[in-house]
Amino acid sequence: MSDAPAASANPSAAAREAQAWAVLNELPDPEIPVLSIVDLGIVRYVRATEAGLCVGLTPTYSGCPATEIIRGQVRAALAAHGFADARLEEVLSPPWSSAWLSAAGRAKLRAFGIAPPEEPVTSVRALWQSPQVRCPRCASASTERVSEFGSTPCKAHYRCRNCGEPFDYFKCL
Amino acid sequence: MSAPEPGDALRAAQLRYVLRLADTSLVLGQRLGEWVGHAPQLEEDLGLANLALDLIGQARLLLTYAGELEGRGRDEDALAFLRDAPEFLNLTLAEQPNGDFGHTIVRQWLIDTWQLQLYAGLSASSDARLAAIAAKALKETRYHHRFSSGWLVRLGDGTPQSHERMQQALDSLWRFTPELFAADEVDEVVCRAGIAPSLAQLQPAWSAQVDEELRAATLARPPAAPHPWYGKRGVHSEHLGHLLAEMQHLPRTFPGARW
Repeated sequence: MSDAPAASANPSAAAREAQAWAVLNELPDPEIPVLSIVDLGIVRYVRATEAGLCVGLTPTYSGCPATEIIRGQVRAALAAHGFADARLEEVLSPPWSSAWLSAAGRAKLRAFGIAPPEEPVTSVRALWQSPQVRCPRCASASTERVSEFGSTPCKAHYRCRNCGEPFDYFKCL
Repeated sequence: MSAPEPGDALRAAQLRYVLRLADTSLVLGQRLGEWVGHAPQLEEDLGLANLALDLIGQARLLLTYAGELEGRGRDEDALAFLRDAPEFLNLTLAEQPNGDFGHTIVRQWLIDTWQLQLYAGLSASSDARLAAIAAKALKETRYHHRFSSGWLVRLGDGTPQSHERMQQALDSLWRFTPELFAADEVDEVVCRAGIAPSLAQLQPAWSAQVDEELRAATLARPPAAPHPWYGKRGVHSEHLGHLLAEMQHLPRTFPGARW
């Protein structure tokens, strides 16, 4: 996470922020439950203010249907841990990038059978080139793209030429 | 920058401008949604549904913002479901029927290439909210364009049959493209205020990209067409009313329905 819990001037505020991060770190993404929403990089900040806790969430894709479910789950989980006053803010800028997926998140994806994004997208051209995607089962680099799109907005569909297994690839954005 | 617009005039133009962007995405997303369960292959079915999802997501962000600019308490749902055709300000191209798969691809590709230029320019808007929405939409549009331009080339440079159908689709849709760059007083006001890029300045890059990709697809660019279409002013082709009837039927029949 780029917005890791920052040391706050106020120790009790810092403790509250750390506690909230710990809660969010346990909250699974509804569509890829092996990932927490923190692994996914969609929790942009947590700020303990006098007016209450403030959490910045960014959607992965504009139309991701899980966004509202995630907001509801965040609100419920924080309320269950004493943050009933938490305020959720939608953060659009900078836009979410698959490069924000944590290292732990990438390892969890692979273990779950989803190939993690290969390279962060830094240019339009990079998006045009097909990345070399490794099979999450047998690690072979001999794979082919079946479809640009998969079971959720954030995934494409691939097949391994070596072991024959079809798999999801978490696409770069 | 010339003399600033009076605040009310600028706000009114800004609202109409945001509604044009929102409605173009919403109507195109609704059209793509009609393919669900009918596309030639499962992969393309998923692809078109995913494009629709992104477009409707972008429309939601824009409509929510439009509702705030308007300040009359209308939210995204009220704007999407409770306006009639003359109040919709989408580009006429977006509402054109799907036709066959190739026709849908040509329509998508024309709008994708336009949105690529538009959102790149709009990412630098003086309106921070619009700039943020555009920067997010731009990333998604790049992926859409990869899909639509990929199919444009595969089908255009495919069999004689697929080539002919793609050329026919291009010939029938090209007449709607002048509207993409025809600036009226709304465009001029928001451009002067630094809210939107100049449409005239976007056109050469769009045109060059279109030519390059048409060449790769072995398709011929149709001759320049006059500009009789005014969807973005609320004057639509006969197709929009039917689309809205389907899209709005449920929320109008059961106001406030939830699931």
